[in-house]
Amino acid sequence: MTSKDDKPSIGDDAIGKEPGWASGLRQLYDSVVEEDIPDNFRDLLSKLDSPKDS
Amino acid sequence: MSAPENNRSAADQAAFKRELTEVVPHLRAFARGLCGRPDMADDLVQEALLKAWAAQQRFEPGTSMRAWTFVILRNAYLTDMRRNRFRGEYDETVAERILTAPAGQEEPVHLSDMHRALLTLPAERREALLLVGAGGFSYEEAAEICSCAVGTIKSRVGRARAALTSMLEDGDIPQRSIGDARAHRAILEELDNVAAGMGKSEPTR
Repeated sequence: MTSKDDKPSIGDDAIGKEPGWASGLRQLYDSVVEEDIPDNFRDLLSKLDSPKDS
Repeated sequence: MSAPENNRSAADQAAFKRELTEVVPHLRAFARGLCGRPDMADDLVQEALLKAWAAQQRFEPGTSMRAWTFVILRNAYLTDMRRNRFRGEYDETVAERILTAPAGQEEPVHLSDMHRALLTLPAERREALLLVGAGGFSYEEAAEICSCAVGTIKSRVGRARAALTSMLEDGDIPQRSIGDARAHRAILEELDNVAAGMGKSEPTR
């Protein structure tokens, strides 16, 4: 997938390790990823039709 | 909303829709990091989903749906900001959008220190940090999403990192108020950048 050179990390400086808050940033992001998708999204997605091209 | 006229088979469209559905949580997470307010973030995501659906002919099956939709989302975000700016409502609208509910209202959301600190960053640095530090993209992938050079992304991430370290480790976080001068400055700087066209992802830094 990604090569070693462009490893996803914000710790690739001279110090070489991530700052303490980096896991907090991921948690912030992941907490939203893990939320249930709200109903209005399901409604929207269900309205995206397939074509009547059969 | 019916599908746009195209020559994709029904099976292809179903597959597209399935993949699109799967990235919704990630789009919500990215939008929330960009916008701050969950309701506005969700509006942005819905706008992006509609655009993605309309543009599905341009999606190459087998490539990253996440990266593709993230581009659409960020463009919608930048467009939205520009539009607000030109309407002359930008101060209040963007401050509201970025920080918190207007003064006097019960805050609908408690923003963590991390989130508030993140929202003070200029949009370009905030998105770079979100993509690489939380979204799991490589620098290369983030550069493609943001239409800039890899070096530019690294620079933005580096600066974002330095700013956040200073804020979060020195406890120097702006207050949860649209009256905060520094946060306001950050917002205005961001708007200047967007208005000057830098929001169109020319690699400036």
